[in-house]
Amino acid sequence: MMSYAQELLLAVRLLWRDQRAGELSLLAAAIVIAVASVTTVGFFTDRVRLVLSEQSNQLLGADLTLASDRPYDSEFEAEALKRGLTITHALRFPSMVARDGENVLADVKAVAPGYPLRGELRLAERMFGPEHITRDIPVPGTAWVDERFYTQLNLHPGDTLALGKLRLSVAALITQEPDSAVGFFNSLPRVLINVADAGTSGLIQEGSRLRYRLYVAGDAAQVDAYREWATPRLKPGQNMEGIRDARPEIRNTLERAERYLGLTALLSVMLAAVAIALAAQRFLARHLDGCAVMRCLGARQMTILRLYLMHFVLLGALASALGCAVGYAAQLVLASWLGTLLAVSLPNPGAAAAWQGLAVGLSVLLAFGLPPLMSLSKVPTLRVLRRELGGGRVRGALGYGLGFAVIGALCLWKAHDVRLAVYVLGGFLAAAAGSAVVALGALKLLGLLRTAGGITWRYGLANLRRHAYAVSVQTVALALGIMALLTLSLVRGDLLQSWQAQRAPDTPNRFLINVQAEQLAPLREFFTARHLVQPDFYPMVRGRLTAINGRPVSAADYSEDRAKRLVDRETNLSWAVQAPADNSIAAGRWWGGQVSDSQQLSIEEGLATTLGLKLGDHLTYEVAGASFVATVTSLRKVEWDRFKVNFFVIAPPALLRDYPVSYITSFYAPPDAATLLGELVREFPNVVMIDVAQLMGQVQKMMDQVVQALRFVFLFTLAAGLTVLYAAIASTGDEREYEAAVMRTLGASRRQIAATHFAEFAVTGALAGLLAACGASALGYALAVKLLNVSYLADPWIWPIAIGGGAAGIAAAGMLGTRRVLRAPPLASLRRAG
Amino acid sequence: MVENSVAPIVRASGLTKQVQSGESQLSILSDVSFEVAAGEAVAILGVSGSGKSTLLGLLAGLDTPSSGTVEIAGSDLYALDEDGRAALRAQLVGFVFQSFQLLPAFTALENVMLPLDLAGIAGAREKARAMLDRVGLGARLDHYPKQLSGGEQQRVAIARAFVREPKIVFADEPTGNLDVATGAQVADLMFALNRERHTTLVLVTHDAAISQRCSRQLRLTAGRLERQTASA
Repeated sequence: MMSYAQELLLAVRLLWRDQRAGELSLLAAAIVIAVASVTTVGFFTDRVRLVLSEQSNQLLGADLTLASDRPYDSEFEAEALKRGLTITHALRFPSMVARDGENVLADVKAVAPGYPLRGELRLAERMFGPEHITRDIPVPGTAWVDERFYTQLNLHPGDTLALGKLRLSVAALITQEPDSAVGFFNSLPRVLINVADAGTSGLIQEGSRLRYRLYVAGDAAQVDAYREWATPRLKPGQNMEGIRDARPEIRNTLERAERYLGLTALLSVMLAAVAIALAAQRFLARHLDGCAVMRCLGARQMTILRLYLMHFVLLGALASALGCAVGYAAQLVLASWLGTLLAVSLPNPGAAAAWQGLAVGLSVLLAFGLPPLMSLSKVPTLRVLRRELGGGRVRGALGYGLGFAVIGALCLWKAHDVRLAVYVLGGFLAAAAGSAVVALGALKLLGLLRTAGGITWRYGLANLRRHAYAVSVQTVALALGIMALLTLSLVRGDLLQSWQAQRAPDTPNRFLINVQAEQLAPLREFFTARHLVQPDFYPMVRGRLTAINGRPVSAADYSEDRAKRLVDRETNLSWAVQAPADNSIAAGRWWGGQVSDSQQLSIEEGLATTLGLKLGDHLTYEVAGASFVATVTSLRKVEWDRFKVNFFVIAPPALLRDYPVSYITSFYAPPDAATLLGELVREFPNVVMIDVAQLMGQVQKMMDQVVQALRFVFLFTLAAGLTVLYAAIASTGDEREYEAAVMRTLGASRRQIAATHFAEFAVTGALAGLLAACGASALGYALAVKLLNVSYLADPWIWPIAIGGGAAGIAAAGMLGTRRVLRAPPLASLRRAG
Repeated sequence: MVENSVAPIVRASGLTKQVQSGESQLSILSDVSFEVAAGEAVAILGVSGSGKSTLLGLLAGLDTPSSGTVEIAGSDLYALDEDGRAALRAQLVGFVFQSFQLLPAFTALENVMLPLDLAGIAGAREKARAMLDRVGLGARLDHYPKQLSGGEQQRVAIARAFVREPKIVFADEPTGNLDVATGAQVADLMFALNRERHTTLVLVTHDAAISQRCSRQLRLTAGRLERQTASA
């Protein structure tokens, strides 16, 4: 018996011999491309994710913030420093700020050196002056103010402001402030001062509405660990915000981007598996004779299995390592190419993607390689005499069950989301099973047609029908590849459309809040006089939820931060007769035009989930010292990322009309409207105007990056799809070569053989295209509607494109791949076939 | 009996085949020249590796010689391109191989129809059926090669070789993969068809009994034609 060392040595020799003989090139290429595409996606998405989270963090001014309504314990700072994180802090409070006796309520932020930890603070010398980025903070005795404050007080550089006991000189105009976006509905005009001045202002007193904030930034893992450490130590009135807790539209975008990139990576893995399965099958077919001889010479099944297992592990490790290197190089090229488009420098990727690539390469190779190896070890010894014995088909649960189990596990791992993995895997499995059945049926049906038509058509069809089992597997593999490409282009198109809809040129970019009822008419006049589109004004009543079904509620009832905040703070309530046009009713019924019972509420779905509210609940709200009870009669779905005015809670007009009300609106201001907006602020000094253009700019930039990333990732999926195609063609190459040689011996011309191949490939391609179009439409619908929450537009062009493209593409690639078959001298081919 | 008065249907002149083996040239055939007259049955004999099958492949235009020419019915085979040679085969040549070389995807009937279909001959199905009847496989038309025994597969191959009524049939060890009894039956069938259809038969064999049934024997030794003998 051979020792393990001898077996290993023999395995190395077999590997070397197979490599020399070109037997491994397809298998190795499949692994290399698989791993390369996975790692390129891995490395690149890693970097894009880092960019996205850094960009998003710019909106927070940090990776994580701790907000507290009283000074937080010093251990929070000490622990952050101990963990190697960077920190700074700020203090925020609303205060009247005066100039020459004119008072404006401002949101004062006193910042310490280092602020902001993420993002940029941009300043200008004066209104509309050139802006520059600063890494400094206001020196003591000076203030930086934002555009709204500047306009409202009609300031000039050097003007002196009174803030409590402080006298501050206006040193600069803030044009971009990173964390202004967070919770902008509550924001007042900004005055930024040095934290050293805050103490001397005399405004830091017991009972002042102060908000202390600790900013933390650093290595993502460290930040997460710090957050885990800090969360249980939070006291009432304290909360932590990471980017995920920030504005819902940013959160949605980031989550959507992560899902989509995850999905793309996942599709590449599946395509790679198909290519490897085909290549492994071919490896099996080519090694049956050798193994039969080895068994004749006394090798045991286990010996052969171990030998080829070592062979595969060695091959897998080498090819995966090469794939990782290719992946790394590819993402470098991508980064340099995309870097200029992104205008940001991508951070270095972690090594995780390389390990993932190795793991993916080895596990997929073994999952799809092991079943053929089992067949190989069981080859009947008699095959040395009768070659038709032990054809080496992979059948049964072990055959592809193992492969699917590994793919399932990889999906889960890659998707970081059970639902996503189940959807995609379920979609692929259902499509694969359905496709196999349909393909088999179609091939049988086509076989009936083969008595008609010319020789090439007849023999092409006969070939397809005779190989129905193999061809249907091949068709399914190709269909999966085409389907992946279609799904990506479809969902990608849908997603782009959805994003572009958000980016429509007249998307509102300014909000007006605190509009009083008596100002509605003059404001409308203001808009009409300046030929601006008349905006809709929505009533807004501030109320606090105090009881659910008669049971008082408090923040302590909830564990989730968001729920605590929602209960702690006042909510904006509105009234309406009709449901807002872009809201959809998810449950219950909207009240009609004739409201018989005014004690009703329509609640936003997310709020209902967070607070555990359901239809029929009786909610008690306290508004301006009085309270009312109303029943939840509908739940609404709201698209938060559309920059439109939306409300968590809407009631029939009769319920809220008599409470103190202000109005809110959003509108689009063209870029050249700055003067006009200044006039508006001066004419309606109490009205607060919020500029969301800057915020939208940041969101848009992120989306552009995501789209660019997707395009590139899409190219890799395409490459993986082509590998499948090549593997499928190569897997039948030997058989084709033999058949062509026999036919040529019998007098067939090259043209006749080529035409037979063409008929075969075109039919296979058209069938694969048809199946792919069905699958992609179904999967695209499921992904778009169920998962990505974007409306799905079925594109009828998918059918002709998929079928025509499939037929033409597979025929062209097939003809290219079988050129060798037509060139080889018949005698050589016949001898090879034995 | 050698019929020198009739123009030869196969004429090989100075056929040489060399292949590169590592650093050295390996000579498989050296300067082989002979003629075969129409209706003749010629056996090519020789030990393993003597170049018999290579010679047969070159005679049929399945490979290209390093030098020398082959004429089939007056046409210089190697003056034609690959498709020209295929057309010539379709018109004049039938083939029987040691390992049958049936297309596994096709039934017995379809395998026999193949040369007729390739030549665009009408009534292929009927002709093929009649031919399979003739070789005793009328009941196995729709069987696939793997469902047939070795002897049956070779009979299908013989039917395929003769169905187009070729002028020449080349046979490469036609009984080499069969047991003695089956081999004898297959040989009987082949010689019977050869007689019935006045076909020229060129066959490579190890089997002395079969070679003796041919009118002439050519013996190859190390790629050289050693001697020609005629049967009584």
